[in-house]
Amino acid sequence: MKELSSAIQLIPLENYIFLSVALFSIGMMGVLFRRNTIAILMCLELMFNSVNLLLTAFSAYHSDPSGQVFVFFIMIVAAAEVAVGLSIVVMMKRNVDSIDINLLNRLKW
Amino acid sequence: MVALIPYITLAWLVPAFPLVGFLITSLAKNKLKHNQAGIIASTMVALSFITSVFLFFILNSSGQDSATLTLFNWVSAGDLKIPFALLIDHLSLVMMLIITGIGALIHIYSIGYMRDDERVNSFFAQMNLFTFSMLLLVMGANYLILFIGWEGVGFCSYLLIGFWFKNPAFNYAARKAFVMNRIGDLGFILGIILLFFTFKSVSFNEVFSQAATLQSGAPILTLITLLLLVGAVGKSAQIPLFTWLPDAMAGPTPVSALIHAATMVTAGIYMIARSSILYNLAPITSNVMIILGLTTAIITAIVGLRQNDIKKVLAYSTVSQLGYMFLALGLGAYSAAIFHVTTHAFFKALLFLGAGSIIHAMGGEQDIRKMGGLRSKMPITFLTFLIATLAISGIPPFSGFFSKDLILTKAFEISPWLYALALGGALITCFYMFRLFYLVFFGNQRLSSAHPHESPRVMTVPLMVLSVLSLFGGFLNIPALFGGDSGFENFLHKAVTSKESGEISSATEVGLIIVSLSLLGIIIVLAYRTYVKKSTVPAADGAPSSLIARIVANKFYLDEIFAALIEKPFGRLSDFLFKSVEVKVLDSAVDGVGTLTSRLGSLVRRLQQGNISFYLFAMVAGILLFIIFILFV
Repeated sequence: MKELSSAIQLIPLENYIFLSVALFSIGMMGVLFRRNTIAILMCLELMFNSVNLLLTAFSAYHSDPSGQVFVFFIMIVAAAEVAVGLSIVVMMKRNVDSIDINLLNRLKW
Repeated sequence: MVALIPYITLAWLVPAFPLVGFLITSLAKNKLKHNQAGIIASTMVALSFITSVFLFFILNSSGQDSATLTLFNWVSAGDLKIPFALLIDHLSLVMMLIITGIGALIHIYSIGYMRDDERVNSFFAQMNLFTFSMLLLVMGANYLILFIGWEGVGFCSYLLIGFWFKNPAFNYAARKAFVMNRIGDLGFILGIILLFFTFKSVSFNEVFSQAATLQSGAPILTLITLLLLVGAVGKSAQIPLFTWLPDAMAGPTPVSALIHAATMVTAGIYMIARSSILYNLAPITSNVMIILGLTTAIITAIVGLRQNDIKKVLAYSTVSQLGYMFLALGLGAYSAAIFHVTTHAFFKALLFLGAGSIIHAMGGEQDIRKMGGLRSKMPITFLTFLIATLAISGIPPFSGFFSKDLILTKAFEISPWLYALALGGALITCFYMFRLFYLVFFGNQRLSSAHPHESPRVMTVPLMVLSVLSLFGGFLNIPALFGGDSGFENFLHKAVTSKESGEISSATEVGLIIVSLSLLGIIIVLAYRTYVKKSTVPAADGAPSSLIARIVANKFYLDEIFAALIEKPFGRLSDFLFKSVEVKVLDSAVDGVGTLTSRLGSLVRRLQQGNISFYLFAMVAGILLFIIFILFV
């Protein structure tokens, strides 16, 4: 545990922040501009994991394990979310024979 | 902490018996055969009476003045702690004995009187519910329990006045009684709220012990006592709220006897006697009570002179007698008032039950102009009615003499004028009672279609018991003048605090009695000559008569005055509020809010395009805006 923590601290904290900001931005852009629903779900995962990375890094630098505990919670929630999201995609494919997000426009008044 | 008197915990049985009777007779009213309900109801009240007698002896032998029995904690919120407690002291015992004793006799009488009614089971259920509420009223150890009983008897009175609800006039009478009582109740509940506000308690013991430290004539006490008085005026039918009581005669006659003569209408007297400590400290309220009582006593007695319905005559005499009780309360003679309540319960219940027996015999006819010559046809009713008439007129040694004389003497101690007015009222009472008596029992029978007959045993036995009570009830309180010890007053002394009054010499007292007796004698002879010797029969309703006679026959037009002063303006105000405020302002305001909301909704829902990429974009943009707002503003 100690070694892992010190191994993380070998790289400066700024680099972790840059990396996760980059990952988060890529994920967000994907969510906003992709039309493939599966790609959107993958981009969502990317955003989740950028946050997880940041949490882990801060946790190691602060020597506070609660950040890592949060990471586990987020992973569980993400797993559940993916299960639901993928099943929606499956139903969508069955019903409209496409996974284009712009075809899913019936959820309105 | 007062040591508990053995067996006093049985006190909860007293109200419990009628409650059980009510539950049985009301829940099983379709299963019970015709007379079973009456027998169950009467048994329950009789059991209650036996328990009260038992409690009476227990309390007397224990040497204590009162006992409080807490059944459970009822309300507990912040400062407000109200236990559901019963108070057994000499005052509540007297009332309990009257209610259950007279109540049991009237229940038994009703078995005969209501035999042919199809809703006889409901009748007994309601009578038992009434007895329960009335017992709660007199046994409650705080003002709130008194108030539950107060409202309970008002509700039962409404039900029983309108018992024959197929007649719209009876329904109207029931509604009138209910509404007029509500006016009084408003004052009463405001009084209770003010009491709690002032003393932080509604329990009798705490309020009275705290009030005793206050100065006499304190404004807050005057206000409280006046508000409580408003409640008593409504319930005990004093001017200006008395007009419901004569109309309440629409109910069956036993109801009039139990509720509107012996018990419920005396609730106001009981409540004021119970609060005697407060009233002793409020001289203004006492003076108001003297004026109210005396005016009521005299005005309603005058109205009684021209009434031709046998029950209406008795109703006006009840109001008049209640006026005397208020006079006694105002004079500070609380135990005299309760004594008059007791004797009045005896002879007025007897008068009403006798009237019921007469109405029964005449086949439902209530007009005394159509009766006559019933003396030989109904000997028991005749004799008992005679005793009651003598008692209410105040002829010794009948019970009314002792109680009325006590009040008159107290009035004389304050002022001879008060005495003269009160005596005048008593003489009028004597005249209209003998007018009624002679018209009903003497002369020839004027309605040929009726076949009067003596009532069955189940009705005459209660009459006989009550006539014994009316005859000897006065001996409970023989004044010192006749070598007695004023036993009743001394008995009550521990529960109510009467004002000290100046003594008058026994010579004056004897003189007063001789004056009043000789005047009463003249009145009786006068009535005899008018209605028996000359056999005058009061004129028919439409007959022309003098202005004064018309005013009296129309009850001083009080109903019409009320209608013009209160009912019509109130109706017009309601009409105005409905047509302009309700329809134009409130309705359009409520409708406007609804229309506005739905318009806004249809405007905003255009945003909801169903395009998920747009939603996501809006979400991200929103979050970004939010972050910018947090970071830079």
